[in-house]
Amino acid sequence: MKEKIRIGCGAGFSGDRIEPALILTEKGNLDYLVLECLAERTIALAQKRKQQDPNTGFDVLLERRMEGLLPLLLHHNTRLITNMGAANPLAGAQKILELAARKGLKVKVAVVLGDDVFDSISGNELSMEGNKPLHSYGQLVSANAYLGIDAILPALKTDAHIILTGRVADPSLFLAPMIHEFKWDEDDFKLMGKGTVIGHLLECAGQITGGYFADPVSKPIPNMHELGHPFVDVFWDGTGIISKVDGTGGAISIQNSKEQLLYEVIDPGNYFTPDVIADFQKVHFEEIGTDQIKVSGGTGKTRPETLKVSVGFQAGFIGEGEISYAGANASERARLAGEIIQKRIGHLYQEFRIDYIGMSSLHGEKLSSHSNPYEIRLRISGKSPDKTVAGLVGEEVEALYTNGPAGGGGARKYVHEVLGVVSILKNRYEIKSEIRLFES
Amino acid sequence: MKKKLAEIAHSRAGDKGNTLILSLIPFQEEDFDFLVKEVTAAKVKTHLSHQVKGEITRYVLPELKAIQFTCLDALAGGVTTSLAMDAHGKSLSYALLEMEVELDSGPSQ
Repeated sequence: MKEKIRIGCGAGFSGDRIEPALILTEKGNLDYLVLECLAERTIALAQKRKQQDPNTGFDVLLERRMEGLLPLLLHHNTRLITNMGAANPLAGAQKILELAARKGLKVKVAVVLGDDVFDSISGNELSMEGNKPLHSYGQLVSANAYLGIDAILPALKTDAHIILTGRVADPSLFLAPMIHEFKWDEDDFKLMGKGTVIGHLLECAGQITGGYFADPVSKPIPNMHELGHPFVDVFWDGTGIISKVDGTGGAISIQNSKEQLLYEVIDPGNYFTPDVIADFQKVHFEEIGTDQIKVSGGTGKTRPETLKVSVGFQAGFIGEGEISYAGANASERARLAGEIIQKRIGHLYQEFRIDYIGMSSLHGEKLSSHSNPYEIRLRISGKSPDKTVAGLVGEEVEALYTNGPAGGGGARKYVHEVLGVVSILKNRYEIKSEIRLFES
Repeated sequence: MKKKLAEIAHSRAGDKGNTLILSLIPFQEEDFDFLVKEVTAAKVKTHLSHQVKGEITRYVLPELKAIQFTCLDALAGGVTTSLAMDAHGKSLSYALLEMEVELDSGPSQ
């Protein structure tokens, strides 16, 4: 049994940079690399792609990420655990095998299935968010349960180089290899809590090395243009040391670790995953060297009886239009333009919004009342079940060129389809996972 | 004398559906008690009234020397369907840090 394992995190969302994972794998001396690429909506979007073409529905960057990564993983004997399977891990595995064949590489991929529970949803289930039946939100397009370690562990017990999952709780991607290597008892909730804390700190990749933290005035971070992604040395007792590859940009500090520990955590004493209800309140950080933070003190209580299921639904279309005004009376002209659009089409939309970018688009009027910028960009958005009506927003804004206030320039228009996501809870024993093995 | 929170603390915003989560962490740990005393859930609710429509729960974390505000009904429906420019609410950490506090009982700096 190992006393220590090293896990890197080379992506924290579907659109993350590609090269940090390559650097981690080449220079990080990793046992495991995790790529966390699925958000709530990402999987609903992937499900829609799969409906249109059954050979798609895995992460759109899978092929580009694996192109450079696959040879490095095999060369350095690093196992990859990733949720890039998204809505279609089986097709994703085929894509990896094709890539391996092209490169003349032999690879084994274990696919984790079971998160897709769409067929078992009646539509009458009540949402956690609004306590309303699912069917009242609109046409349902996807339902994916958050699987945990119990779904990933059987895949780790094979000799697969790559473990490809769909919807899995982010910290479970990290906790599973710890349990696998240290033979932890899954009912030891203190250890499950400790491992979950470490997974939670790592799962957003660059957010623990200075990304989403940096402020050149109050929290400066060096070399952000080549931000390194993190790895963690996990010890058999559940402590961890978070660090990064020497020479990469960014910094790992106690301040940053505190921010990330609380990130997206609704209740720090009760952080629910499929594996444990973890308690973050007594987590302790210690700086033991440059860019080396020791983590201890996490714990946990029990395992939830239910799993969260993200349900995607058709939520219509959002249309947007933008146009800029500058110089004398810029804000007055922008407001006049907003009023014109409001009077012409505002009544056509379920939701309609006017923003003044550069002045009040992010935090409303109250906090920005003293600002007087040189230029203002008017942004109008409206939501409608009808794509043509949504498109009208941008058309009307564009028509301000010749029909609106003086000096309006740089009009742009957009329409996009909206997929909403709500959640339900499902008895965990009704959700069965399985693995399948493929090799090139 | 009034000071902005930005001068003594930092914050990160996170979202879960329509719930906004804001941390508040002093640059100097000795300012933690001052923040606990001054930055109550009620004051944050008033400060962010344009944004947060629901209840705010404050979690005080003495071991970490950090405070967290969990704000319900705060993101115009949430990232997937909101019309807002910043649908995640990622920039709202800096809205919290705009809040002014009275420095009579004074933080360290």
